[in-house]
Amino acid sequence: MSGTATNGRRVVVTGIGVVSPLAVGAELTWKRLIEGQSGIGRITHFDPSDLPAQVAGQVPDGPTAEGGLTLSDWVPVKDQKKMDRFIHLGLAAAIQAVEDSGWKPEDEDDRCATGVMIGSGIGGLQTIYDGSLTVSSGKARRLSPFFIPSALINLISGHLSIRYGFKGPNHAVVTACATGVHAIGDASRLIQHGDADVMIAGGAEAAICSLGIAGFCSARALSTGSNDDPTKASRPWDKDRDGFIMGEGAGVVVLEELEHAKRRGAKIYGEIGGYGMSGDAHHITAPAEGHEGAFRAMKAALRNSGGLTTADIDYVNAHGTSTMADDLELDAVERFFGEDAKRLVMSSTKSAIGHLLGAAGAVEAIFCLQAIRDGVVPPTLNLDNPARESVIDRVAHVAQQRKIDVALSNSFGFGGTNASIILKRFKD
Amino acid sequence: MSDIADKVKKIVVEHLGVDESKVTPDASFIDDLGADSLDTVELVMAFEEAFSVEIPEDAAEKIATVKDAIDYIEKQKAA
Repeated sequence: MSGTATNGRRVVVTGIGVVSPLAVGAELTWKRLIEGQSGIGRITHFDPSDLPAQVAGQVPDGPTAEGGLTLSDWVPVKDQKKMDRFIHLGLAAAIQAVEDSGWKPEDEDDRCATGVMIGSGIGGLQTIYDGSLTVSSGKARRLSPFFIPSALINLISGHLSIRYGFKGPNHAVVTACATGVHAIGDASRLIQHGDADVMIAGGAEAAICSLGIAGFCSARALSTGSNDDPTKASRPWDKDRDGFIMGEGAGVVVLEELEHAKRRGAKIYGEIGGYGMSGDAHHITAPAEGHEGAFRAMKAALRNSGGLTTADIDYVNAHGTSTMADDLELDAVERFFGEDAKRLVMSSTKSAIGHLLGAAGAVEAIFCLQAIRDGVVPPTLNLDNPARESVIDRVAHVAQQRKIDVALSNSFGFGGTNASIILKRFKD
Repeated sequence: MSDIADKVKKIVVEHLGVDESKVTPDASFIDDLGADSLDTVELVMAFEEAFSVEIPEDAAEKIATVKDAIDYIEKQKAA
């Protein structure tokens, strides 16, 4: 197997949108990220006192101009209660990306050539929780008619298409923490295969609610040892790491067929350079030995890259969740890059924003594009004492100035699903 | 205006996010106040909750305007 049926169609990114614990806005999030700020704090969405994990990365409220979330700037007040928070956050990121791209379909052909693929790992968990309380209190007939469409994962794609009249493929990915990468990768293939010329793609998550935190606590996945020092909680590869920190937010990109983008003079952030997937066939929550699934996903991404080699890749944005699996990913990356690992830099931005689950891969792909654009590698916060040494520079504590032409981002999800995506500098 | 009419108006303003001045007795939820079919289901539920009345589906289907709602609820309360 080699190459893909791309019909020579190249896919570039022409718009970005981010909602993160650092800020609402792709550029403000990036600025704070490379300054080394942390978006992790004590949970305020609900009282977490009864739970072992009490910190998370929550999207800050506040004026839009200051990077806070003012929901009415994104979703009309009368529609807000018809959507779970994950849809709110997804729409806020998607609207940013669409406006940033400047793409406005003028006629029916344009509208039909523009699709949406925005997913989520979990969907409307708080809505489902609230709805179940209504039913269990004997008020099943009072359940809102908006209960189902508020909780459904594909409704970000639905709402966005209605808002802008995008009549192309309307789809949503659900692959746990690999959702964001799968959405961008699969959507770019729809463009390569001619199903669309423009795809709005990414992921959103809002699972910082009692049910979400309690569930991941029971699975022993969350950090519980830094409740009194939240900004130190997320510490990928560090010997004192003790679980991931839940984050919320959304990342959305506008993907566009290259000639389409050039014809309208669009600004180009970078090109989709490769995309690969694999399954572990091993365990529902733990990666396979040596993270060989990660290895195969990276290998598949390179195979689909049109001739790139490991020597071409300058930066890896790791899955690096601040769990025991960090070192397994490190094993796989070292093995995959071989001698080229010595010149590689790799960081985990989850150290600053936590793990955005279904949004993580999309937000991190955007960080890769910003790293390529600005020649800055974001840091891994709290990497005080690496649990194990590596020839790979993991960008501890502070950002690095460095020319990045090609970046690779990894995302792995429960169920044993792995995805890697390559972003590269656009060269005509 | 009766207490019931006031309360109906308030619920409509709150649920449909419309300006109070638009909520006239003859205003149609769908044609004049921008509601869709799911909005009207939710509105009827809100009336049931607020007035402690049961509005069966066949009756709900006939409630198209603000006045329809007020009349139905007043009749139920008087019964």
